[in-house]
Amino acid sequence: MTTTDDLPVFLDALLARHGNNPAELLQMLCETQHRRGWIAPQALTYLAQRLDIPRARIEGVASFYSFLHLQPHGEYRVLFSDNITDRMLGSQVLMEKMCQQLWLQPGKVSEDGLVSINTTSCTGMCDQGPAMLVNGRAITRLTHQRVQEIGSLIRNRTPLEDWPADFFHVDDNIRRSGLILDNTVAPGDVLRAALALGGKDVVEAVKDSGLRGRGGAGFPTGLKWEACRNAQGTAKHVVCNADEGEPGTFKDRVLLTRHADLVFEGMTLCALAVGAQRGFLYLRGEYRYLLEPLQAILQRRRDNNMLGKNILGQTGFDFDIAIHMGAGAYICGEESALIESLEGKRGVPRNRPPFPVTHGYLQQPTALDNVETFCSAALAVQMGAEKFRAIGTPKSTGSKLISVSGDCPRPGIYEYPFGVSVREILQDCGAIDACAVQVSGPSGICVAQSEFDRKLGFEDLPTAGAFMVFDDSRDLFEVARNFVHFFAHESCGFCTPCRVGTSMLKQTMDKIAAGHGTRHDLNEIENLDKVLQTSSHCGLGRTSCNPVLHTLKHFRPAYENRLKSLDFEPAFDLDGALARARQMTGRDDVGAHLKPEDV
Amino acid sequence: MSKKLRIATTSLAGCFGCHMSILDIDERLLALLELVEFDRSPITDIKHCGPCDIGIIEGGICNADNVHVLYEFRKSCKILIAIGSCAITGGLPAQRNHLDLESCLTEVYLTEPGLAHGHIPNDPELPLPLDKVHPLHEVVKIDYFIPGCPPSGDAIWKFLTDLIAGKTPELGHGLIKYD
Amino acid sequence: MSDTFQLDGASVPFEPGQTVMQAALAAGHYIPHLCYHPEFKPHGSCKLCTVKIGGRTAASCTMPAEAGLNIESDIEELNALRRTLVQMLFAEGNHFCPSCEKSGNCMLQALGYDLEVHTAGFRHMYPDRPLDASHPDILLDFNRCILCELCVRASGEVDGKNVFALSGRGITKHLVVNAESGLLKDTNIALADKAMHVCPVGVILPKRVGFSVPIGKRKYDQRPISAQALDDAPRQGDAGGSCASCEGTS
Ligand SMILES: Cc1cc2nc3c(=O)[nH]c(=O)nc-3n(C[C@H](O)[C@H](O)[C@H](O)COP(=O)(O)O)c2cc1C
Ligand code: SF4
Ligand code: SF4
Ligand code: SF4
Ligand code: FES
Repeated sequence: MTTTDDLPVFLDALLARHGNNPAELLQMLCETQHRRGWIAPQALTYLAQRLDIPRARIEGVASFYSFLHLQPHGEYRVLFSDNITDRMLGSQVLMEKMCQQLWLQPGKVSEDGLVSINTTSCTGMCDQGPAMLVNGRAITRLTHQRVQEIGSLIRNRTPLEDWPADFFHVDDNIRRSGLILDNTVAPGDVLRAALALGGKDVVEAVKDSGLRGRGGAGFPTGLKWEACRNAQGTAKHVVCNADEGEPGTFKDRVLLTRHADLVFEGMTLCALAVGAQRGFLYLRGEYRYLLEPLQAILQRRRDNNMLGKNILGQTGFDFDIAIHMGAGAYICGEESALIESLEGKRGVPRNRPPFPVTHGYLQQPTALDNVETFCSAALAVQMGAEKFRAIGTPKSTGSKLISVSGDCPRPGIYEYPFGVSVREILQDCGAIDACAVQVSGPSGICVAQSEFDRKLGFEDLPTAGAFMVFDDSRDLFEVARNFVHFFAHESCGFCTPCRVGTSMLKQTMDKIAAGHGTRHDLNEIENLDKVLQTSSHCGLGRTSCNPVLHTLKHFRPAYENRLKSLDFEPAFDLDGALARARQMTGRDDVGAHLKPEDV
Repeated sequence: MSKKLRIATTSLAGCFGCHMSILDIDERLLALLELVEFDRSPITDIKHCGPCDIGIIEGGICNADNVHVLYEFRKSCKILIAIGSCAITGGLPAQRNHLDLESCLTEVYLTEPGLAHGHIPNDPELPLPLDKVHPLHEVVKIDYFIPGCPPSGDAIWKFLTDLIAGKTPELGHGLIKYD
Repeated sequence: MSDTFQLDGASVPFEPGQTVMQAALAAGHYIPHLCYHPEFKPHGSCKLCTVKIGGRTAASCTMPAEAGLNIESDIEELNALRRTLVQMLFAEGNHFCPSCEKSGNCMLQALGYDLEVHTAGFRHMYPDRPLDASHPDILLDFNRCILCELCVRASGEVDGKNVFALSGRGITKHLVVNAESGLLKDTNIALADKAMHVCPVGVILPKRVGFSVPIGKRKYDQRPISAQALDDAPRQGDAGGSCASCEGTS
């Protein structure tokens, strides 16, 4: 095995490739991580010297992202996707089995340094779960047999490249297509139309189309582009948000697999509209396997003069796109945190104002949009605003990709014009006994049976695309608890209410799950909710109580059945707290036990 | 005149400092005794707490016996008050919380030379230690807290007179302190 | 003539570029705060300074002042929120005031006093945070860190040393020092550094000078923090520039 001796050689090459640019720090750390499966302390020190960034700050960056390790983490690093949909498909048992097979505990590295097994937030494979990542590579459709085979491959130290290709196969599962998924636009078509219009009219066309952002917040895209176009700044940027971290969402993955040209076309269109020369695609680490194919498409577009200098012959229209990888941080989907991350920093949401359209990447005006938004914008310009507006509803124009998962026979991607009802989607995906649907992921809305006639769209049920179905065998308390764990794990820790509040919420939900819950705990949840909603710095904290609030509203018995009738119970097991002392003294008499009922 | 309020007090994993402060309300203790009478308390030597209006507890919870007494108080007292840093935060005894109980016991009884003669006491008369020290509110519901280490006699007086007068107790600058 | 906004019914003048907090303090109105420091660019992380504008809430230390705003701050709803935030900070770390050198001079404690916080209320997390006593003159007691980044800002912006940074994420977020060993003795910190004097709580402590001021004579024994914060506030002018060292402020 090579020692750290050749580390400087590796790092020098790395630094050179990234032009010694401190803004590329995260990318350098990702590559260093990839080399050995962890980042050695000497590497941080070396990068600090070369980049002239304080070492502690680099350590701060590396430690922020859950896919980067500052300690050895095993030659094989197995991460089971831990979304509720993975759990519903049996991921927990599979993980237990694998730990048994390989003789280790979750979160720990095996003694021989071979392997570690842990969980990770939703990997975006909900329609083909349970899923896992091995050394960052996605593996889908896990079964007992598959997990066992993986265990053997690891034990035999088989290199990942030699594992059966089928393991890594990711299906698109397109079940219903429309405007976007049926498009037959050839690369360059939209750009040519846009060049004929000119940047200003492109902005007008997008405004006119009524297009609103598909990433969740629903901001009118044309207005954003216009603001960016009008902003003062010499180096404007276009950023595509492909972080897709919201559990239950996987439509951006399919767009990047099938329609990457359209995504890039949309970004280039935006560049024309706002006057940007540089673009970034921020790709979540979980989709690392898409990097090479996407790079190839970018190269083809460069070769065809759709990127680079004087694009399609238009003098002065220069634009190129780089791909930046994320490294396991949901918060980096939040636009200002994403920009921080692009700059090679910890992914912490900025104070706003100022907003990215005026002060984005490197404080320059930045137009940042979701993958699907760029596709829709391209199509809106291609087909004309009026035709685009004719699809959907008055305030929600165009169509929307929905990522359907959970209890239904046909999970996958469904494209509908806005205004489709929850019930219609349930019918199409074959869900029969649905009792609830989580629309737009944990930060979204839990819709109960009585509300299935509600319609997707900004008028009623806004959505970034997740649609997780729960049938009447599911325990909605456990669903909410899973989501609460997710938020606690993903809180960036910047602000007090969310850093501490999400952890306390998690403790309280765990207490209720363990059978120690009381009415007092429900009051505490309400109190935490108020604090999280009113004082959190960003959307993560503000929405982190939603799963509990919504399920409490519709499924209160799922909570109350678990409560003790007492109005107070400790969060820990009193008798269990004596176990250590019993063991050490060898006592087991009556006095060596505590039973809350008879003390 | 209405009936006197019955008060019980006890010290769990504490140092009796808070009790000293209760006595420290000095001559006002006499005024207080116009309004209240004491049940179980180091002042009275009553061994078990009967039905009371107010229970005041200093010290945190570090062993099984503390738990028994705390439950007895919670059952018997309408209002339960945690007094002092140890009752409210676990205090000094809780400084062992980041250590493993096993290493504590080993260190005290096995490694260090001393009275233990190399074994960990296992007499059933002795209460077993909990693996962590807890403030009172983590084990039962606590209605009020009088912070301080110990709180001053003045603070206790202000708190109790507010409470007895039916007001939400407020200490204010100078009386409220955590040390 | 400068513009004004309303704060709890009083008219507060402000200069362009001032935040609500800066303008309020300059005009003699106290808004509780913890991570805000008049000499540094606002951070916006503790959220103690949260105020209400119409139906919305916002951190007043980062919110630009605007003419005509109608802001509420000293109302029970917000003080209850602040009380809970203080309680959260107490429960998150290991704060044992009786044996803390900072006691009496600590902003977190003083805020707790002002807000009549009698207990952390929540379950204490009792995190395991070992001390760093490696440096001959300086002790770091991480148990009390509230992650306000004032030391990070001071060491970066004023001292030009970058001795401190934040590491980890979420509830495991913590302070680290600028050395491969992870030890303070291997950094270039010095007693005279600004970073030695900004910590609002008892983390960064010069050795051998603790408990020198008797109880009764310490900073917040004298007057409540709400009265003293106004003394510290600059009456006008700008406060600090952008900080490359810390989160969220760029
Ligand atoms: C915690 C959090 C996570 C987010 N994650 C994503 C994401 O993964 N993808 C996305 O497009 N937008 C995400 N957003 C929304 C972005 O902040 C931003 O509004 C959006 O990318 C703007 O693009 P759009 O206008 O095209 O929707 C997230 C927001 C928050 C608060
Ligand atoms: S709300 Fe949560 S995720 Fe957002 S800034 Fe605060 S700690 Fe970070
Ligand atoms: S830092 Fe402040 S609140 Fe914490 S223990 Fe010290 S004095 Fe108490
Ligand atoms: S050490 Fe002090 S100044 Fe630095 S982050 Fe912690 S609490 Fe703030
Ligand atoms: S003082 Fe405003 S957030 Fe801390």
